[in-house]
Amino acid sequence: MNTLILRTVAPVITALMLLFSVFVLLRGHNEPGGGFIGGLIAASALAIFGIAHGPGAVQRAIRFHPMAIAGAGLALAAVSGLVSIAAGVPFMSGLWIYPDILGTEVPLSTVISFDIGVYLVVVGSVTAIALALETEPDGGAGEGEGGG
Amino acid sequence: MEILFVGLIGLFFAAAVYLMLSKFTIRILLGIVLLGNGVNLLLFTAGRITREVPPIIPADASTLGSVAANPLPQALILTAIVISFSFFAFLLVLTWRAFEELGTDSTDEMRLAEPRDEPLPPTGY
Amino acid sequence: MASPSTPVDLAAAMVTTAPALADWLVILPTALMILSGAALMMIRKSVRLHAVIAIAALALLVLIDALLLWQVSSNGPVTMTMGGWLPPFGISFTADMFGAVMALVSALAALSAAVYSLRDIDTSGLRHGFFAFLLLLMAGVSGAFLTGDIFNLYVWFEVLLISSFGLLILGSEPKQIEGALKYAILNLIGTTLFLITVGYLYAIFGTLNMADIARKAGALRGVTENAPPLMTLSALFVLAFCMKAAAFPVNFWLPASYHTPRITVSALFGGLLTKVGIYALIRVTIMLLPVEREAISLVIAASAVLTMILGALGALAQNDLRRMVGYVVIVGIGNMLAGVAIGSSTSVSGAILYALHSIVTMTALYLVIGEAGRLAGTFELSRLGGLWRRAPWFSAASLALMLAAAGLPPLSGLWPKVMLLKASLDIGAWWLAAAILVSAFLVTLTLARTFLLAYWRPAPGGESEAVAATDWHSTLPIGLLAALTVFFGIYPEPLLAISQAAADGLADPSAYIRSVFPEGAAP
Repeated sequence: MNTLILRTVAPVITALMLLFSVFVLLRGHNEPGGGFIGGLIAASALAIFGIAHGPGAVQRAIRFHPMAIAGAGLALAAVSGLVSIAAGVPFMSGLWIYPDILGTEVPLSTVISFDIGVYLVVVGSVTAIALALETEPDGGAGEGEGGG
Repeated sequence: MEILFVGLIGLFFAAAVYLMLSKFTIRILLGIVLLGNGVNLLLFTAGRITREVPPIIPADASTLGSVAANPLPQALILTAIVISFSFFAFLLVLTWRAFEELGTDSTDEMRLAEPRDEPLPPTGY
Repeated sequence: MASPSTPVDLAAAMVTTAPALADWLVILPTALMILSGAALMMIRKSVRLHAVIAIAALALLVLIDALLLWQVSSNGPVTMTMGGWLPPFGISFTADMFGAVMALVSALAALSAAVYSLRDIDTSGLRHGFFAFLLLLMAGVSGAFLTGDIFNLYVWFEVLLISSFGLLILGSEPKQIEGALKYAILNLIGTTLFLITVGYLYAIFGTLNMADIARKAGALRGVTENAPPLMTLSALFVLAFCMKAAAFPVNFWLPASYHTPRITVSALFGGLLTKVGIYALIRVTIMLLPVEREAISLVIAASAVLTMILGALGALAQNDLRRMVGYVVIVGIGNMLAGVAIGSSTSVSGAILYALHSIVTMTALYLVIGEAGRLAGTFELSRLGGLWRRAPWFSAASLALMLAAAGLPPLSGLWPKVMLLKASLDIGAWWLAAAILVSAFLVTLTLARTFLLAYWRPAPGGESEAVAATDWHSTLPIGLLAALTVFFGIYPEPLLAISQAAADGLADPSAYIRSVFPEGAAP
């Protein structure tokens, strides 16, 4: 798999797919798409990069350990639900704010932050599994760390 | 239409059970994947199959029209897919590791944790 | 998109009043565990912080669960429905007496195991995320005990299953991988079976909310033309949950895997996971489908008898202490199943009491065995010995826990057995009572032999090289759990009252239904 063509093209494809994954994530709010599918696209982008340049390169590129990313996503999702305590509504209720950024009204909500959390969980855990499968047999660090 | 789906689900389950009865872990794994897909189809059928519009409220209305597909089974299936997908990924890694460590994918030969010639406990004080 | 102006009347589908602060108690256990587990995943490098955060979070969990139990016992079941939707559209979390007390006791067991793990788990285990997995496991366990939605129950089953995989392979020894593979495959098939049943249930009831199912079941039973297949449903549920709980024909994954991981992990699994299966079985068969349970009670009873007797014989035949305790766990499952099979008020409260007792003693028993194995350097009964001389206090606590697990007075194992015996004799099932007694006798033999050989007799090969003596990491959790069994053995009234109230709440779920649907029990 480690051909010159793949190694040359992989970074470009990875960048494009990562961008597309964010698009799918944000689109998911009102149309088909969302955190889970976006996360899968991002994870497969990283998997392609790993096939071309090895798991070590992926690990360096994303800086944080995949499971740490998944943890951050889980925490973000949980916090999005718990914000409801302060607002006096039941757990996981959607709460909206409409800040004015550069003259445009931007609707932000706990729904989208929850979805970003899902995105990060999926990116982290699927990348961890993909890297474990790509790692050569005697490497072995980080295998078998799943996440739902 | 439901009858067709029921037959298909039965086929999935039968193939899954057949594969899971094998002693080789990779076939068991394939059986589990088939079973998971059969269950998704079952959940889909359980929500009644309708040839109607997707359950999306139009921009100029505030409630759903009188006929719309049931959105709940779709949510259930999506959850089930996510779970079965992550489990399959995990089990794949685990099976691979087991094959590496134990040198076999036959469950009959996996006797490290339960050795055949385990001694009996002492019978006297 | 501009700020929406809603011309729609939201009160038809949404909760419009703010929930009481006490209602948050039912969400907080799970949310706290997820949040702290996620925090530990983020700081995976600083392993020193892990133990501090995890033990603080588990202590907080015990506190919240205690508050929840107090709230439930004084004001009745607590419900919160997510997202502000009205039930049954939103996912409800409902804590009744049964769920709340199980959550509290399992949190106590997890806290003890976490303290014990301070020495049992090495740095590489910590770096693999032991405490993160432990907290996520507790999120799954608390979620399963507190949820009021049957599909959500399935999701929590999967959460605890996937964290248990992570815990099982901590260390990545070949033995562990083999055990984890068998455990993973069979448990996954069990939960898939559960999901299949949920699919059928949804097709029949059109709802997944347990309170909604409970109030609709009566009307559906009256339908004679095209009668809904409720029997199929309950039979499938029983099979799926028996698989999770390790009841006889489908329990061979337990002795194949529970002895392979670190001893703390075995303690958590032996104490908590099978009990989650029993919890779900009781919840579904006693509360939701009691009439159908009656029809297959003989099958459940036969499975209970075989689970007890074969489990006890299995325990008697083991040389490895960890495998022996695995079989003792199975014997306990048989006893609880007997309570489910009889289904009377006494027997259900006996089964609940047994589950509470079993969470405490099985966790403690694994910890005791682990400590004994660490002191002697082996888990093999033929090579163990001389522990009494080396650690008398630890040995005394071990003896208490072993007698409690065997069900001897004056310890906590006695009372549930007495209740189950009384319940089975009340309906004239002398063979069930005989099986309970015979299995208790065999377990007494097994554990007494273990005590005589491993503790009382002099070490076979002379005194082995000195291992660090017991310290607070082990004496604190073992002492706490032993004190619990002794206390509730001598003074069982509060627990008896709680388990009786829990059983009454299951037999007549009107309070549970009212908590979810305040407007009334009729659909």
